[in-house]
Amino acid sequence: MKKLLTGNEAIARGAYEAGVHFASAYPGTPSTEILENIGTYKEIIAEWAPNEKVALETVIGASIAGGRALAAMKHVGVNVAADPLFTFAYTGVNGGAVLISADEPGMHSSQNEQDNRNYAKFAKIPMLEPSTSQEAKDMVIAAFELSERFDTIVMIRLTTRVCHSKSMVSLNERKKVTPKVYEKDFNKYVAVPAIGRQLRHKVEERLTKLKAYTNDSDLNYSVNNSKQEGVIVSGMAYQFAREALGDTVDYLKLGFTHPLPKDTIDTFCQSHDKVYIIEENDPYIEEFAKQLGHHVVGKDIFPYSGELTPDVIRRAVLSENIENLEVNKDKIVNRPPTFCSGCPHRGFFYELGKKRRKIIVAGDIGCYSLAVGQPYDMMDWLICMGAAYSTGHGAQTITDLKPDDDRRLVSVMGDSTFFHTGINSLLNTVYNGGKTINIILDNRITGMTGQQDNPGSGYKLQGETAQIGDIEAICKALGIKHVRKINPNDLKEVKATINWALELDEMSVIITNWPCVLKKRYKEEDFETYKDMWQTQDMVMQDTCTGCKACLRSGCPSLVFDKEKGKMSIDRTTCVGCDVCLQICPYDAIVKAGDAA
Amino acid sequence: MTRSIKLVGVGGQGTILAAKVLCDALINAGYDVKMSEIHGMSQRGGSVSSEIRFGDEVYSPVIEKGKADVLIAFELMEAERALDYLSKDGLLIVNNHKINSMVTLNGKVPYPEGIVEDLKSKVNTVVVNASDEAIALGNAKVMNIMMLGALVNADDLHTLDIEQSIENTVKEKFISLNKQAFQKGKEL
Repeated sequence: MKKLLTGNEAIARGAYEAGVHFASAYPGTPSTEILENIGTYKEIIAEWAPNEKVALETVIGASIAGGRALAAMKHVGVNVAADPLFTFAYTGVNGGAVLISADEPGMHSSQNEQDNRNYAKFAKIPMLEPSTSQEAKDMVIAAFELSERFDTIVMIRLTTRVCHSKSMVSLNERKKVTPKVYEKDFNKYVAVPAIGRQLRHKVEERLTKLKAYTNDSDLNYSVNNSKQEGVIVSGMAYQFAREALGDTVDYLKLGFTHPLPKDTIDTFCQSHDKVYIIEENDPYIEEFAKQLGHHVVGKDIFPYSGELTPDVIRRAVLSENIENLEVNKDKIVNRPPTFCSGCPHRGFFYELGKKRRKIIVAGDIGCYSLAVGQPYDMMDWLICMGAAYSTGHGAQTITDLKPDDDRRLVSVMGDSTFFHTGINSLLNTVYNGGKTINIILDNRITGMTGQQDNPGSGYKLQGETAQIGDIEAICKALGIKHVRKINPNDLKEVKATINWALELDEMSVIITNWPCVLKKRYKEEDFETYKDMWQTQDMVMQDTCTGCKACLRSGCPSLVFDKEKGKMSIDRTTCVGCDVCLQICPYDAIVKAGDAA
Repeated sequence: MTRSIKLVGVGGQGTILAAKVLCDALINAGYDVKMSEIHGMSQRGGSVSSEIRFGDEVYSPVIEKGKADVLIAFELMEAERALDYLSKDGLLIVNNHKINSMVTLNGKVPYPEGIVEDLKSKVNTVVVNASDEAIALGNAKVMNIMMLGALVNADDLHTLDIEQSIENTVKEKFISLNKQAFQKGKEL
């Protein structure tokens, strides 16, 4: 049977058909749907981990114990997981192990554009690169066979367009794989220096075998159109190149891209007058080919950044420009991303914004990154997951050295980021006697990537209920003296708490606790904790509204200004009654819809 | 030959479902099909698009600027925003419907006037009142399937069995309503 699947769905299907027993991931665009889809197969145990390092480590354990296991993450997640990856590359596997890295040429939803093919070379592990959903599925199955045959974790490198585009995939049955026997093997798995020195040679021997194998791999193949010009290409760039150049060139399509096939590339280069290397991001294949002494054309004509879509390739190779219809800029207005109506971050940032001159805001990655824009202007920097507390601490240390600067560092991150790596950073501030103000915007879910459960949400990936990580208790257990948990929709409480923290000369933690308006699953007790959650609406008393627009400083998309009447109103289809605008209105013109007389 | 259809709209208008139905019909008609979307921040009310390419063998899942054969816009401003994707000889099918963005709601800038005239002056444009007709049918949400009716009517895709694909794709209790919407769309 054939089905139209995204690359991510196809990876999940591949895991199912390969007989995978265990999979783990931390959500991150464009990789998130891989584990969500694996979770739909009840034959596989699929778990969200609090971060990518933990995800890969659970997979390592599962592999050593004899299971087939897969970890999935976005490109920057591999940075977090790099530590276990590099040593697992030494020990090798028992059951097959596969790491999926989803890269982002063009940075649609990421902070950088790093090319994770470099990781395969760096860690000395084999790498496969699919260009369609069918290849994505087939390569997962091939990766597990390679993993067990060559005793190594295998990396599959995807890019956004492979992850999120759909193409036809043939479905097969699940292979029945019984977990292998685990026998204690000190010389293989205990990477103390003495053993590490032995394993180091094993890695090199493995690499030599892989270098021979990659030349024979049918994942590397050529498309012969009997032309003098050739293109060496991998991943989605292959589909883009074929679209742009059609049958006017020959292709060497590489699917097994670490180690690269030296002999195959030599032969292809020698049999063509001119060879282009078309690859997104770094000149990974190009440098290899040049090292072999071939005169190839690569990043001298193709951009080093962004996606190499067919138009980009046409422009570079054929100097061809397509004339477009012109968009009349006067006829469009942006639809900027913003906090949803009822978003629990709104009230907090509204109040914090009033302290703008007294504070520096260390930001982090999540929905609250949107506070960087108007009307909040609430972020001085954003680096990586979990960095708000630690960068804040470092910045406070230096700020305090300046006699004329008494600004306080306010570090903001969400619950999922806190569980990810924020805990470590917060512990550092406690330990070193810092005095930052640390915010945990606890909306009880991983919001930005689309409602994934986490250790604070009360549910696991495959639907079972879970223990709820108690953020307040964790903070107290870390040794933090000043911890307050507040309702971010209560502006008086928010304001008083921010003032309280600013007056302290020691570190503090403020936990703003209210569920994301999009959160789908609740426990019974949640309905008591979060009273009348989303059950009400606010409205504007037209007689009382002066049209002063003070409420717009909340940045709520439900607020509508009627220019003719000069008055505000509230969109009844989107308002969920969070009352933030109601509390901001200086004329008490906004009331609960049910209370209107 | 590979053909390209781009669907654009505002989050919540059902572009993804419409694209799904259309893809299903194209696959059943024997085409190779690729479809592309960019997922990311789960926000409401943003610009969204789905790209469908079909033919004997499709390579790129992405439509280049200036290369879409048909642009189906569920909203006026989104039609203008995506216009540079449409081929000069292409067909624009636009739903005559405005959805405000936060900045227009807030009264900071007005929703632009004269979009239909601007579009018509540039390219072969079919304007349909699908949102109004969908409300008349009893459910504003079926506007998306109505737009597919307008598509098969205006383009040479009338051989596609969209009704079968509605049955394959849409939730059981909405099948009949969506079929009505599709038929209505063919008349617009």
